[in-house]
Amino acid sequence: MSDVSVERSAMFEYAPAPESRAIVDIKPSYGLFINGEFVDPAESGGFKSINPATEETLAEIAAGTSADVDIAVAAARRAYDKVWGPMPGSERAKYLYRIARIIAERSRELAVLESIDNGKPIKETRDVDLPLVSAHFFYHAGWADKLDHAGYGDSPRPLGVAGQVIPWNFPLLMLAWKVAPALACGNTVVLKPAETTPLTALAFAEICQQAELPPGVVNIVTGAGDTGASVVSHPGVDKVAFTGSTAVGRQIARAVAGTGKKLTLELGGKAANIVFADAAIDQAVEGIVNGIFFNQGHVCCAGSRLLVQESIADEVLERLKRRMTTLRLGDPLDKNTDIGAINSAEQLSRIRELTAAGDAEGAQPWSPDCQIPDSGFWFAPTIFTGVQQAHRIAREEIFGPVLSILTFRTPDEAIAKANNTPYGLSAGVWTEKGSRILWAAQQLKAGVVWANTFNKFDATSPFGGLKESGYGREGGRHGLEAYLDV
Amino acid sequence: MTSLLASGEALARLRGLPGVDQVGLEQRAAGLATRSIKTTAKAWGIDTAISMVDLTTLEGADTPGKVRSLCVKATRPDTSDPSCPKVAAVCVYPSMVATAADQLAGTGIHLASVATAFPSGQAPMEVKVADTEAAVAAGADEIDMVINRGAFLSGRFDVVFDEIVAVKRACGEAHLKVILETGELATYDNVRTASWLAMYAGADFIKTSTGKVSPAATLPVTLLMLQAVADFRDETGRQVGVKPAGGIRTTKDAMRYLVTVNEVAGPDWLSPDWFRFGASSLLNDLLMQRQKLASGRYSGPDYVTVD
Repeated sequence: MSDVSVERSAMFEYAPAPESRAIVDIKPSYGLFINGEFVDPAESGGFKSINPATEETLAEIAAGTSADVDIAVAAARRAYDKVWGPMPGSERAKYLYRIARIIAERSRELAVLESIDNGKPIKETRDVDLPLVSAHFFYHAGWADKLDHAGYGDSPRPLGVAGQVIPWNFPLLMLAWKVAPALACGNTVVLKPAETTPLTALAFAEICQQAELPPGVVNIVTGAGDTGASVVSHPGVDKVAFTGSTAVGRQIARAVAGTGKKLTLELGGKAANIVFADAAIDQAVEGIVNGIFFNQGHVCCAGSRLLVQESIADEVLERLKRRMTTLRLGDPLDKNTDIGAINSAEQLSRIRELTAAGDAEGAQPWSPDCQIPDSGFWFAPTIFTGVQQAHRIAREEIFGPVLSILTFRTPDEAIAKANNTPYGLSAGVWTEKGSRILWAAQQLKAGVVWANTFNKFDATSPFGGLKESGYGREGGRHGLEAYLDV
Repeated sequence: MTSLLASGEALARLRGLPGVDQVGLEQRAAGLATRSIKTTAKAWGIDTAISMVDLTTLEGADTPGKVRSLCVKATRPDTSDPSCPKVAAVCVYPSMVATAADQLAGTGIHLASVATAFPSGQAPMEVKVADTEAAVAAGADEIDMVINRGAFLSGRFDVVFDEIVAVKRACGEAHLKVILETGELATYDNVRTASWLAMYAGADFIKTSTGKVSPAATLPVTLLMLQAVADFRDETGRQVGVKPAGGIRTTKDAMRYLVTVNEVAGPDWLSPDWFRFGASSLLNDLLMQRQKLASGRYSGPDYVTVD
């Protein structure tokens, strides 16, 4: 052997390391998944799902109308009455275990598909979304024959047909959070995935076929807001579950009021991530980064307000900036990408509108140098300093990679500022002092409080909000209540 | 050099270092370990890693013949490919320094010797200093000393500090690498404190392990030490190197360490002057991967030398 022919770069520049997309097979068009098969919608003319990183069209998606929802709800009702409702829990569990295993086996394919349709980096779909999705099915499969012991009395009854509407930020994971507990408890479902990210839900429909799930137990009706409204307002639906914006959550609550439908809502957030002076600073910086830049900040529980104690604010800010210079923005399928594409043009314009407001109100933005690709929807990771409680960027949910930094002097002030929001989904506390963690967790008005970590999810742990972040819990024993007649 | 610790200032700094959250540190290290280093980046990484190896033999059974063999390997790691870089240094026991010095003369390869009653450090101070002076006199231009872990764990930081200062003085012109033996320090908080202690005392490099204690080098420990040297440079203006040693055997491991250097301490540390691998079997894996990258196929362990 003589010369090494491989070209060497002058410094340590990571070469492209793209995950192959050959593993996914996207069809040119998709119908609705009703009663175990893909069917054409009542009215032709659908919409396109695009790759937000390239704006390439991925597939034509059917737009379900109220007529389609009628058929889907009827199929779900039949399945509930004849098959799924009467089926012993131990039998339902077998189907759920089977689904969980198929998801785990097909996880690479599903991860790639999710990255293509959503824009989130492959390292997140591969290491976070998909492991959580299969774990969620495994966990709830375990409950299916043990509901007597869940603390809701002997033989708790299912509710019937669940109408579920999910968002685009964690498409398959939100599906799992909705479908797994519903099925484990003996309900059947009609699910409406988000308009911009229907592909993994449609892949899940194929998995239901592969698992030989009885027809009608899971029905997936794609479409936009109107389709979702038809699902939640359908008189044949016994239970409504929604994850999305607070504005839409309000509409749903109004639509459902007085109907007797059971309702759970998981809505927006403006979480405070509180860093005390005695925190483990390097790990707190990691937690700040993970809190706001994970999934491009498209996270309802994102730590979008950093509250840092004044005495260490300069140091934390400097370290945060240095850390942000190592974030890699670009091709979601590249295994080294930390920040992927913004999910849609609409979301991008909302992020731009709010950051412009931050600018106009006198807060100071900062972003690391990073190359923005020519096509697709992108927003550089951004922090705002000099943010005041009264600024819009401190109050409104941006749902993007934008962090508002505020300071505090005393622990009481930190709590007061943290709670001074209509939302109450999550919060973070960073301190090496155990007693302070316990104290802060008691004071914070948030459904989830993370201590010395952030954005940690587990199927066994209930998740949900207070105040305008919604009601009801998903995951854990508590999450079963939403799908049982108790 | 008078003890900085005597003034109380450095001691206060050591006691005031921020804590380390174990879960968060290990999560960060695991995240960096998922970086995917391919093609051109891998070629660069392999050559850089080879040039950072402190090719080491530290066995009771070492003989002059074994050491000479290692020195030849250090100079020309891949006999089939003259474009393959040399390693950074050869690392041996003090009794083998003269042999290695003969063999390495004129090659530009550094000669490191462990000293100070390596690996336990359990000897009187005069013996440790004499050990160091003997190694330097025999031709070592780098000394890998061990800290007094007993003194550190019992809180006598001044003893640890003064020993490092004394050994540094005995080193003269030779570079001093201070081995913390992180496997015996047990907590990440201790690793951070010991890193700063060694740097204040004059270490040119801080090194994880002797290789005689398990666990030896780990990615989280090395990450923490890289953070420490970066912070130390910010504070004092002086740059200190880092050497993980023991347990790094594969190219994949080496790439993870280089990624960590790159993203935690920064590119300034991506050179043999500031980062080393204390290893023996790692080199052959790097060579096999290098051959594979060049030829597109694995030639197998018979195409690299066993020394």
